[in-house]
Amino acid sequence: MAATMPRVTRWPAVRVFEHHVMVYRRTWRGSIVTSFLSPVLFLSAMGLGLGTLVDANNPGGIAGVTYLVFLAPGLLASSAMQTAAFESTYPIMSGMVWMKTYEAMVTSPIAPRSVVFGQLAWVATRLTIVASVFLGVMFAFGAATFPSALIAVPFAVLTGLAFAAPIQAFSATQKNDTNFNAIFRFGITPLFIFSGTFFPVTQLPIYLQPIAWLTPLYHGVALSRGAALGTLDLPTALIHIGVLIAFIAIGIAASLVTFRRRLVS
Amino acid sequence: MLLRLFPIIPFGSRRAGRLVERNVWVYRHGWLIIFSGFFEPLFYLLGIGFGLGKLVGSVNGLTYAQFVAPALLATAAMNGAIYDSTFNMFFKLKFAKTYDAVLSTPLGVGDIAVGEVAWALIRGTLYSLGFMVVIFMLGLALSPWALLAVPAAMLIGFAAAAIGTSCTTFIRKWQDFDMVFVVTLPLFLFSATFFPITAYPDAIRILVEFTPLYRGVHLIRGLTTGQIEPMLLVDCLYLIVLGLIGLAIVSRRLKFLLLK
Amino acid sequence: MPNEPRPALIHARALTKRFGEMTAVDAIDFDVAPGEAFGFLGPNGAGKTSTMRMIGCVSPRSGGTLEVLGMDPDHDGPAIRARLGVIPQQDTLDMELTVQENLWIYARYFDLSYAEARERSKELLEFVQLQDRAKDEVQNLSGGMKRRLTIARGLINEPDLMLLDEPTTGLDPQARHLLWDRLYRLKQRGVTLVLTTHFMDEAEQLCDRLVVMDKATIVAQGSPRQLIERYATREVLELRFPQGVQETLNGKLDGLADRIEHLPDRLLLYTPDGDAAAAAVHDRGLAPESVLVRRSTLEDVFLRLTGRTLIE
Repeated sequence: MAATMPRVTRWPAVRVFEHHVMVYRRTWRGSIVTSFLSPVLFLSAMGLGLGTLVDANNPGGIAGVTYLVFLAPGLLASSAMQTAAFESTYPIMSGMVWMKTYEAMVTSPIAPRSVVFGQLAWVATRLTIVASVFLGVMFAFGAATFPSALIAVPFAVLTGLAFAAPIQAFSATQKNDTNFNAIFRFGITPLFIFSGTFFPVTQLPIYLQPIAWLTPLYHGVALSRGAALGTLDLPTALIHIGVLIAFIAIGIAASLVTFRRRLVS
Repeated sequence: MLLRLFPIIPFGSRRAGRLVERNVWVYRHGWLIIFSGFFEPLFYLLGIGFGLGKLVGSVNGLTYAQFVAPALLATAAMNGAIYDSTFNMFFKLKFAKTYDAVLSTPLGVGDIAVGEVAWALIRGTLYSLGFMVVIFMLGLALSPWALLAVPAAMLIGFAAAAIGTSCTTFIRKWQDFDMVFVVTLPLFLFSATFFPITAYPDAIRILVEFTPLYRGVHLIRGLTTGQIEPMLLVDCLYLIVLGLIGLAIVSRRLKFLLLK
Repeated sequence: MPNEPRPALIHARALTKRFGEMTAVDAIDFDVAPGEAFGFLGPNGAGKTSTMRMIGCVSPRSGGTLEVLGMDPDHDGPAIRARLGVIPQQDTLDMELTVQENLWIYARYFDLSYAEARERSKELLEFVQLQDRAKDEVQNLSGGMKRRLTIARGLINEPDLMLLDEPTTGLDPQARHLLWDRLYRLKQRGVTLVLTTHFMDEAEQLCDRLVVMDKATIVAQGSPRQLIERYATREVLELRFPQGVQETLNGKLDGLADRIEHLPDRLLLYTPDGDAAAAAVHDRGLAPESVLVRRSTLEDVFLRLTGRTLIE
């Protein structure tokens, strides 16, 4: 009778991940160029160009280092955030509405929860690529010490996932992409500018600072900067990591609900 | 002679306004998107101009916010026009087939080209007006000439929309938009936006001086800081010529794409 | 001169369209008279849509003459389009707008005032039975509703000539019949209809006259009845044999029909009298699994003229 037993897909989330890899094999060229070019351009313009002005005005450095060295790890965490936010908005809309690839998946033995985990595994992979390229550029600019700064890569991945999980949960509830603009304009862009990437959060008005502490990017920047500068101590690191993991956990729980509601109803 | 080079200007006259009407209708549903576009340069002004500005100190005798505000206006004008004329237009061209529907009415290709560029311009002007109000309120405008910064930003928007639209007509798939990013990001970062052009070695400085956004930043910064000089007219001329070249390419390419 | 025929709304001679090396439309001649429903029939890739686009003034012709409403599409595009109603193969509605806004802005493209636009769109929404959905967003409509809205949109300028490219492809039977009914009423009002289709029943229902296109040329033209008389017999006898038997019939059916067509799953015998032919089959000792006598349709004409190979 074994021959007639229906075969249930093993490791369904891995199959979802495979789908993303297969698509990326067609589209990676442009994204590799931008993930390399973006840190090179930002570090030379803001780190070197603007940095000359900042350093001349602050002989003691920012947090004790040159502006380039201060800025680079912050940008690393920010670019993880931006990559994650992008990968968790438009591609989700495509899977649910535009191309309905997720709908196609759940007509096979793959369940919505596997779509959630496969998607997150894919975002983590993308984040690893982006963060590694970014760190490579930082080494080339002399903005981080090899090899101790390598720990910044998993920190960046964690930062990105802390955005990806909640945002994809939200994206799965949307019918079209109009609200994504709001996420980027009122969420991602202000975080990019105010969460300690370009200047220490202590520069903000005192009443805004607690708000910054609540955002995942603040903790991501703190971890990434601590790793690059070698100033991280274990207890603070654990607190930052804990906050990020909390965001990821809540995001996954919400995604499991919203993906199921959207795909099986 | 000029009419022969740019035949669409008399061609796409009154009817082009209908396409603008269409976009107004569409955006009545998504007014929040338009409204939100105003905040992006504002965040940059507060964060970079004032927050980071404390670390930078003064630049060429200006506070950093005074220095960076006109550049942010110029880049906002460019980015807004580019976004509308690339992503949005590509969607209408390839997926929504909006223009195929338009072309089965008395409207022609020239009307589409002029209408879309005009719409991008109107949107950009709204943003520029809003941003200029903020600049005046924060005391970052040092001269009454700053009032002219709005029409100057319109020129930047016109050039960017025309060039953006003409690039869109060459785009085949979404991934090609990485190229838009590859062009606009360096313009954004290196057009004397965040630091003065004197920071560059001579060879690079001359190169930057030939780029469109630098001309735009130079023009608006001249107006808001009251450093009026003949070079500002060259800036205007540069942007106008660029825009007209873009328009000519657009109408030719659209004819090729839509009237097969 | 009262006996002179009314001038044709569309007049084409040696009309040709080339895309590079490929000839999509190869020197075709046709005329469409005012008030008639004229159909282009043909398999995919036969050149129907290219012809429609040339008539719609969105595709410059590569050769020949073409007059639409007495004007030349090359020079008078906007003036011609002002009097056309176009229903494209794929709906090109503005998905971001509501149903009535789609009609309003389209009316504006034709220079109607907002007052006119409102009034006309109200009438047209009733005509296509969408009055209850006027304020809905288009993306929430069903396929049939979208199609009806596209028809209403094409009528907003009260066109003299409607171009319909596969108007009912992809619709369910109810939606198709509703559309046919609306198109028939338009015809009664004197609107000239030009349509392409590959549904034979649609062509028989709607068209006074049609041309069959294949491989960029016109292979036949006439009324549906004329075409059936010319290219098919009055009746068709369909025979289905048990698996494997059909191949062993060589010659056993000779002389029973004007023409015999071998399909993979059945035989078609074209004959003036199907019942007589069926009796003759039994007389020869053959025992088909099923026997069906039916009247010839345009489908028989179409398949005879354009062949049975799948064209993509």
